[in-house]
Formats: sequence, C-alpha cells, structure tokens
Amino acid sequence: MTVINEVFTWLTDPAQWSGPDGIPVRTLQHLYYSLLATAIAAAIALPIGVFIGHTGRGALFAVNLTNLGRAIPSLGIIILMFTLVGFGIVPVLVALIALAVPPIVTNSYIGIRSVDRDVREAAEGMGMRGRQVLWQVELPVAMPLIMAGIRTSAVQVVATATLAAFVGLGGLGRYLIDGLSQRDLAQVVGGAILVAVLSLLTELVLGRVQALVVSPGVAGRAADAAVRAKVEKAA
Amino acid sequence: MTDGPTPVLAAELIRWSWVGRHLDDIRDNLVQHVELTGLALLFGLLLAFPLALAAVQWPRLYGPILGFTGVLFTIPSLALFILLIPFTGLQIQTALIGLTIYTLLILVRNIVEGLRGVDNDVREAAEAMGFTRARQLFQVELPLALPVIIAGVRIATVTTIGLVTVTALIGWGGLGQLFIEGFTLNFSTPIIIGIVLSALLAFTADLLLVGLQNRLTPWARSSGR
Repeated sequence: MTVINEVFTWLTDPAQWSGPDGIPVRTLQHLYYSLLATAIAAAIALPIGVFIGHTGRGALFAVNLTNLGRAIPSLGIIILMFTLVGFGIVPVLVALIALAVPPIVTNSYIGIRSVDRDVREAAEGMGMRGRQVLWQVELPVAMPLIMAGIRTSAVQVVATATLAAFVGLGGLGRYLIDGLSQRDLAQVVGGAILVAVLSLLTELVLGRVQALVVSPGVAGRAADAAVRAKVEKAA
Repeated sequence: MTDGPTPVLAAELIRWSWVGRHLDDIRDNLVQHVELTGLALLFGLLLAFPLALAAVQWPRLYGPILGFTGVLFTIPSLALFILLIPFTGLQIQTALIGLTIYTLLILVRNIVEGLRGVDNDVREAAEAMGFTRARQLFQVELPLALPVIIAGVRIATVTTIGLVTVTALIGWGGLGQLFIEGFTLNFSTPIIIGIVLSALLAFTADLLLVGLQNRLTPWARSSGR
C-alpha cells in the first residue's frame, strides 16, 4: 500500500528527526505539557482524596467526581479557555488538569477508605496517632490504588495533550493538525503513530514505577487497581 | 470600531441572542451527537457480546482479549480517528469505528465480570432443572449479570459522549462542532453551549440507564455498582 510506504518514508526521513519541528523536540514539548499538568493535578488531588479518605467527610463528592470528570469534554475546555485568555500554555494546562484531577481524587479516596478496619485498629492499638496511622499504615496500604489513579490520569493527559496543537501550541499533535490542514496523509498518520506509541510507553513506564513504589506486601491490590485504572478513557 | 473580534467581557460569556438565532443548528448538532453515541454503543455491544462469551467459555482467551482491547483503548482518540482516514476517508464510518473500538474494553470487561460473578449454586440449580446451556445463559446468567453489564454500558456511554466531540476535528462531532465554530469566530457562546449540552446529555443518559437497570432488575435495586 502506498500510504504505508509514504508514512515509512516520513518517519525515517532524517529531516524529521532534527530542528525545532523535529520529532525529538515535539516529543519533549508533549512530555513537558503532560508532566506539568499531571504534577499540578496530583498536587491538588492527592491531599483532597487522602483527606476525604482519612476523615470520611465528603465521600459522596469523591466517588462522583470521576463520573463528573468523564462528562466534561477536554476539547471544549481548551477552546473555551483559549477564547478567554488567549494563546499560551494556560488553556491547555487548565483542560489537562481538569481531566487529571478526578481519577486521582477518587482513587486515593477509595485506596485510603478500603484499608482494612482491623489494620487501622491494630495501628491504633499499637499507640499510633491519627497522623502516624495515615503516613505509616493507610498511605502504604493504599499506594497501589493511589498509583493506579495517577497512572490513569497521566495516560489520559498524554493522549489529550495532542489537542494542544489545535490552539497553536507544539507537541506531537502538531503533526496531526498540520497534516490534516495540509492534506498530508503521511504526516498525519506518522504523527498519529508517534502519539499512540508515546501513550503506550507512558502506560508501561508508569506500570514499572508502580511496581517500584508499592510495597511487595500489598502488591496483590495492584492487580485489581490496574484493571480499575483501565476503565477511564482520555479524549 | 475594530475589525477583530471584540474582547470577551464577563457579562458577555453567553450572548443569548446568538443562541436564539442558532437553535436549529444546535438541535441538529445535538441529534448528530445522540446518533453517533447510540450507534457506537450498539455496534460496541454487538461486538462485545461474542467476545465476552468466548472469554467466558475459553478462559484462556480472556487475557489476550483484554490486552488487545486495552492497547486499542490507550491510543489517543484523535490519533485513532486519523489513523482510520486512509481506510475510510472523512466518512461517518471513521468516527463510528473509532468510537466503537473505545467502547469494547469497557463492555467486554464488564460482561465477563458480570457473567463470572454469577453464583455457582445458581448455575448448578439451573443445570439440575435441565436447562440447556443456551437457556441457562439467557434466562439465568445474563439477567443476574445485568447490573454489572449496565454499569459498563453507563461508563461506555458517558465516555463516548465526551469522545464524540473530538470527531469534530475530522468533520463530525455533534456538539463538538460548536467548539470549532466558537474557535473560528473567537466567540465563547457556542463553546459554552456545547460543553453544557454535552455534559447534560451525559448526565441524562446516565440517569436513564440507572432507571433502565432498576426496571430490568427489580430484585437487585440499588445493589449495582
């Protein structure tokens, strides 16, 4: 098929692999938006989810937040923010953060909440105070689910950062948007392959990270968490 | 007087006169949004059922089926829609195939988990009563699995409603077309209308599915996930 040949030529052209429009630069831009958004989202969402899980206050909010988040179209948020604040990274960050916060809140809430009551009581029986129970018992036991939430969000963010190109920013989405407007199929398909690969790599790398930070004693919870993490879909 | 778009003021986030003049367009977009979502879910269910039944019948297939649909699921939606263009062009099929693919993981997983969750005693009782395998499936196992299956349909529906807006970039998009229009005009009203309507559509669809589940499984009211 000629399309496949063209795409292969596009992907292997040395010109694509250097310069400010090159694949390495675009990939770094893509990762930059994604990392920044995920980090800010985690900084906002983790304290909220952990607080709700630890105190039990606001549980209904924590459970429903993910459903609410799914209903908000990221493309709409990016474009709306663009018309309100103009060109820049802010519209994209707002949309990506809005996308990433709900799964992290919900998962860290469920993680802390589902710590076995006996485990918590044992910790208290050993003389631990509220804060010690949280840091030394609840958080480590909840870690598989907390990590699953971050992983879900990060993969969604990487996928959705593609849309940044629509409002004039960089990232791998540029190849898709530019290729579509120039009717350059090789560029479009080549770019799409790159985004898909980056997104799958994110999933794999974060899976490894999860295996590293989760205590082996609670790793069994990770299997459930991984399945649960799959039911989220990015735009 | 300026030629460019006027700066957006807080009071001007929504210009109702524009909404009034474009009610027909908005309705058409909404209808297309519902059609794309409904068709994607229909095709998704038609494909997911045989896959799930195969996974229940031959458990060894479950891992590969989940893995494959999982990989498809991880591909960014815009990238997937665009990857389909060489095969299907800017037709509605491109949007539909992409949307259908994304429903598969959620639907297959929930159908399998639902069927597996059926109590073994119930299965044995059905067998002892002389039910054939097919009758057992349709009259015993599927009804009992319904809460979990509908939970999957709910997630798939809400997710698909959000994803439909992305197909605006390949010429479809339902309410997503309002985003593109707002972007082109640098005008927030259509964008806000699009966001609000698609969120409302998602909530409405979710509520309807909860209602459907309550009607279909009166014995399990409020016990579904």
